[in-house]
This record gives sequence, C-alpha cells and structure tokens, in this order.
Amino acid sequence: MATSNVPQVMKQGKMVPWLYLLPALIVMGVFIVFPMINTISLSFKNADGTASAATTCVAGNPCWGIFENYRYALTAELETTNAATIWKSFWISSYGNMIKWILLMVSGTVSIGLAFAVLVDRVKYESVAKAVIFMPMAISFVGAGVIWKFMYDFGTTQVQIGLLNAIITGLGFKPVAFLSTPQINTFALVVVGIWIWTGFCMTLLSAALKSVPTEVLEAARVDGANEWRIFWRVIVPIIAPTIVVVITTMVINTLKLFDIVYVMTGGNFGTEVIATRMYREMYKSFQTGRGTAIAVVLIVLIIPFIYMNIKRFMEQEAMR
Amino acid sequence: MKKDSVNKKLNKIPTHLIVIFTAIIWIVPTLGLFITSLRPLPLINTTGWWTALEAPRGEKSYDAICASCHGSDGKALTTADLSDPELIKKYPRSNQLIPVLKQEYNGEPHLGDAAMPEVQEIADIAAYLKRVSGLDTSSRLTLNNYIDAIVGYRGTKTYVEDCATGQQSLDLKCTIEDVLNPRGMGRAFVNSIIVTLPATFLPILFAAFAGFAFSWLDFKGRSILFAILVGLQVVPLQMTLVPISRLYAQLGLNGSFLGVWLFHTGFGMPYAIYLMRNFLGGLPKDLFESAYLDGANHWTAFTKLAIPLAMPAISSLAIFQFLWVWNDLLVALVFLGGTTPVMTYQISNMVTSLGAGWHLLTAAAFLSILLPMIVFFAFQRYFVRGQLAGAVKG
Repeated sequence: MATSNVPQVMKQGKMVPWLYLLPALIVMGVFIVFPMINTISLSFKNADGTASAATTCVAGNPCWGIFENYRYALTAELETTNAATIWKSFWISSYGNMIKWILLMVSGTVSIGLAFAVLVDRVKYESVAKAVIFMPMAISFVGAGVIWKFMYDFGTTQVQIGLLNAIITGLGFKPVAFLSTPQINTFALVVVGIWIWTGFCMTLLSAALKSVPTEVLEAARVDGANEWRIFWRVIVPIIAPTIVVVITTMVINTLKLFDIVYVMTGGNFGTEVIATRMYREMYKSFQTGRGTAIAVVLIVLIIPFIYMNIKRFMEQEAMR
Repeated sequence: MKKDSVNKKLNKIPTHLIVIFTAIIWIVPTLGLFITSLRPLPLINTTGWWTALEAPRGEKSYDAICASCHGSDGKALTTADLSDPELIKKYPRSNQLIPVLKQEYNGEPHLGDAAMPEVQEIADIAAYLKRVSGLDTSSRLTLNNYIDAIVGYRGTKTYVEDCATGQQSLDLKCTIEDVLNPRGMGRAFVNSIIVTLPATFLPILFAAFAGFAFSWLDFKGRSILFAILVGLQVVPLQMTLVPISRLYAQLGLNGSFLGVWLFHTGFGMPYAIYLMRNFLGGLPKDLFESAYLDGANHWTAFTKLAIPLAMPAISSLAIFQFLWVWNDLLVALVFLGGTTPVMTYQISNMVTSLGAGWHLLTAAAFLSILLPMIVFFAFQRYFVRGQLAGAVKG
C-alpha cells in the first residue's frame, strides 16, 4: 500500500497536507479540469457558444441535432458520394493522415531506436553517438521545421539548394516537391518526426538493454544460438515491457502533434492532422463549437492511453 | 589469440559503419542550417551549402580552360590582363564572354583545340573572373544574417550596408536600440526569457510542496488523487485552449505574460508533481522518522530535508520545463500572438506569412536553438532524465 511509506510519528494537523497541495490543486483545477469540462460543453454549442449546436443545422443537409459539431468533426472531410470516394477522401483527411503518422512514426522511431541502441552498445564512442541522436529532442519543433524545410527545398531552376533534391538530381532523376505533393508530403513530415523522436526511444530502449542480465546472454551463446536468434528470442522478450511503454508514449505524442505540420506546410496540400485542423477551426474560422468537438475527439482517442498510464502506475506502486 | 582479436575487430566493422552513418545522417540537417546561416544570400540561393568549403564558383573551370595561357592569377598575357577590373567589367555574363571565346586570336581559335564549354561553365568562368580582377571581393562567410535577424531587417541588402550608406528603413535607427526592434529576434529572445523563467520557477515551487505532501504526509484520498494526476499528464493541451482564451478575454489576460506563466504552470503541474513525488518518495523512510523524533515538524522536514535532497530531481525538472516552455509554439501563438512575440512565434511567422529568405530564416532558427543546445550539452544527464520522464506532457 502506498500509505505505508509515511512515517508513523507525524505531528501535523488534518489540514496541513491540503495547504501543501492547495496551490497545485488550484492551478490544475483552473487550467486543466475546468477547461476540459468547458470544452466538452462548448462542443455541443454553436460557433460562439451562445446556442445549441442543433441550431446550426442547414435544412436539406444531414443533421445530427445536438451532435451537429461531431458530425462536422467526423464527416466534413469525407466525400460521401459513394464508398470509393469516402475511402479515397478518408486517406487524405486529418484522421487518415493521423493513422499514417502513427503507423510510420511509431514503427520508424522504435525500430531505428532499437537497432541503434543494440549496435551502439558495442562501440567505445557510445555516449557521443547517443548524444548526436538525442540532440534533436533539445530543439524546438519550429527549429526542426526550418531545418528540414531547407533539406526539402525544391528549386524550380537548375540549381537545387536543398540537399535531398541535389542528391536526387545528381543521380539523374527529376527533383521532387516534397512538401507540396500529396501523399509524399505526409511521409516527408513523418521523417522530421522520426528525426526528432528516435533519440528518445533509443535512450529508453538502451537503458532496458543494459539491464538484460549477461548470464542469460552467455547461457544462450553457450547453447550455440547466433546473435540474431539471441536478439529475437532472448533480448526482445525481456525488454518487451519497455517496448510497449515506448510505443504507447509515441502514439500519444503523435496524436497531439501540431508544430511540425503547422510550420512546414500549414496543413495544406493534404497534410492536415487533428491538432492543426482544430487550430484552424478555432482561430482561423472562429468556429468554437466545431473546434472543441475536434478536441473532444482527440481526447477520446487518448483516453485508452490515459487508462493504460494509470494502470501501469498502479502496478508500479504495487511493486514498490 | 592474435588472429582472434583481429577477427573480432573485423566483425565489428559493419557495426561501426552503421553507427557512424546514422550519426552523420542525424547531424547533417542541423549542420546545413548552421552553415547556411553564415553564408551571404546570393550564395545561398545559387549554390548548395555543402559547397561552402569548396573552391569559389568557376575556379575549377578557369584552371582547366584559361590558366594555361592566362596564368592562375590572370596576369600572364600582357595583352589580355584578366586581373584588370576595367577589362573584366566588359564581360559580366556568359552572353558577353561567349563571342570572345569564339573569336580567333593570332589566326588560331581562342581556346586552341579545346571544345567550347557549356553555357553554365562559361557563366561560372565569368563569375570567377570577377574575383580574379578584384571586382567581386565579397567574402563567402558572413555574420550579417545574424545581425539582420536580430534587428529584424527586411530590406534587400544588409542592415550594416544600409546603415553605412545612411539608408536605414523606417523602424530602424542604426543605434544599439535596434537590438530590441519588435520585429527582430533580439526582442523575441528577451520575450522568450521573460516567458520562460517564471514559467519554470512557479511549477517547480508548487510541485515541490505537492510532491512532499504526496510522499510524506498522510491524508484521505491520497492514492486516488495521485492516480488522477497521472492520468492528467496525458491530457492534450489543445483541450484547454478555447475555454482558457475565453476566460482570459474576460480577465484581460490575453496577450499578457502573466496569462502565459499561469497557463504553463497549470499545465506543467501533473508531470512536475509526478517527478517530485517519485523522487521524494524514494528517499529512505528512516530519514524522516528520525527527523520527526528529533522534534522536526513537517515544515522543517520539508525545507531542511526534502528540498536539499531533491536537488537532482529539481534540476531535471527545471531543465525539462525550461526547454518545454522555450520550445513551445502553440501556447505562445494563442495567448501572446504578435503583440509580444517569442522566438518560436517569430520564426513560424517568418516561415508562414512573411516568406523571409533562407538567410534570415536559418540565422533566426539557429539563434533559437542555440540556448537549448547549450543546455543539452552542459547538463546532458539531467536533461535526458527529465525528457524521458516527461515525454507525454501537453
């Protein structure tokens, strides 16, 4: 039980702990709890929060009554002519892009991070190499956005000043407009995300690798297993809990992603994600009801992870 | 035995190659930004940053085609002295140079047996001739981009050049005051500092109190409250923006530093308390028990025991929160906007609406990542620890 670590000889009144907690509880109440409740109620109202969302329905168009903003949040990006157009438009909507982001970002960061952690463990300049990979975590997403916008620069003239297009034209191919070509641009943005977050995954996984007991590895080697087999059959199962933590963390971070897309494409050319779409509805179109409905969709997507976070915490507490 | 160790080294070569190759890929983008920020605009737009350390444009072609007769300094032929600015002035571009190259001299083709070079190469040679003759003395590296970015210069030349000729633009005075020009990165840097310091200090202060209560004071609902806190860590920032900006509009806090400080404090709280509580809760119980037996009350236990011992956790937290606020764009965008721009806002504005040139953008971006880089390399251990624990925040 968590309470057991409190000394039995405390001499304080019943109110004292609450005085310690008070400032923190007030700011959290004002800046997290109240806005969450308020956001949910605003999502059922019209553009400026003065009337029910049902009043915004247009006659002759589909209407979900009080859930009108949710209809907008979930279906406005889709072309509902037939199943094929829905499918096609879904994959360039903010939700479709989010799925691409999550799949590519998580697999990219975790696999590169794990591979690098395994390899860097065997070289003498480990700490320097790790610092290089981790460094982008110190840079703002805005800074990273500028760095990569320059890498992706697409010259309309003969000269390519962006490194990637210089390489591509150097190899004899046509230059690619990385950021304004639909489909390619989301991948280009994910690469920036991977560049930033791989160091984080690598560090967590590297710590887990170092905790794998050497006796276990040696026993496997004595039994004649090769390194590849040892990695998949011995190391991966042992560090599996850490891998799960890293994956969930990355999913949460990807869902909240805003800055990279905002700075590099502004959500144009089919790169919209949930957070940039919400920002556009709230602060460009001033559609508070729609914006908050999108925010609620986002929190609903994150709730499973909140639950997992609490559950994991409870398990840790039980182990203490 | 010796053969064994050689074999071991050989087996490791692929590992070395992959590690070094990955590290290079990771560092090249930032390196490109840094080098570009030091180059003059005309060069940035005409050549890749990776050529910055190569020979000047056209030198290779000149050496291959012209140097055998004209000499590498252009002075070998007295009848055609290429180091003479008056002569070179007549041939600024490939258009003027091509007829000369086609002409015959002393009954022989200008270029002898050699074939006529491509137009691009001729243009390169024309560019290099300006260097040979001294018409073009521009240096290939410059700090002007940084000066221009700091003062917010938006003209077509450079701030230094304009001020030297007395043509300063309207809002620039060519005095030290320009460093704080509202459009520049200098003022944005100051604004970022003003935003960041209290937004780092306040959460740590509040979290130290709360973390102590959660780990060493007993009260009803302690576990449940803390479990809720763990859940709140994951709440996305976007959830809270609209209600808070409406609240701020009523209180007149939109566009004020106080509003941003309070917002960051509120949002930094769950993670800060979590980290403090985990660290303080890990301290040995005997320590607090003997302190209480010696007659210490909760306040002395907190100030004399918990806080000094928690310094490592406080350092990690401080670095994490500092960088989080420093690097934040969304909160600054919504609550401060353009009235008191911070660095991230200023840069995103340059990218999206002003369409500033690469020389300004790269210099501004490098200025904004300079401080985080210093913090990272100076306090790497605390930095990594803080980043790992707070990864899901906001």
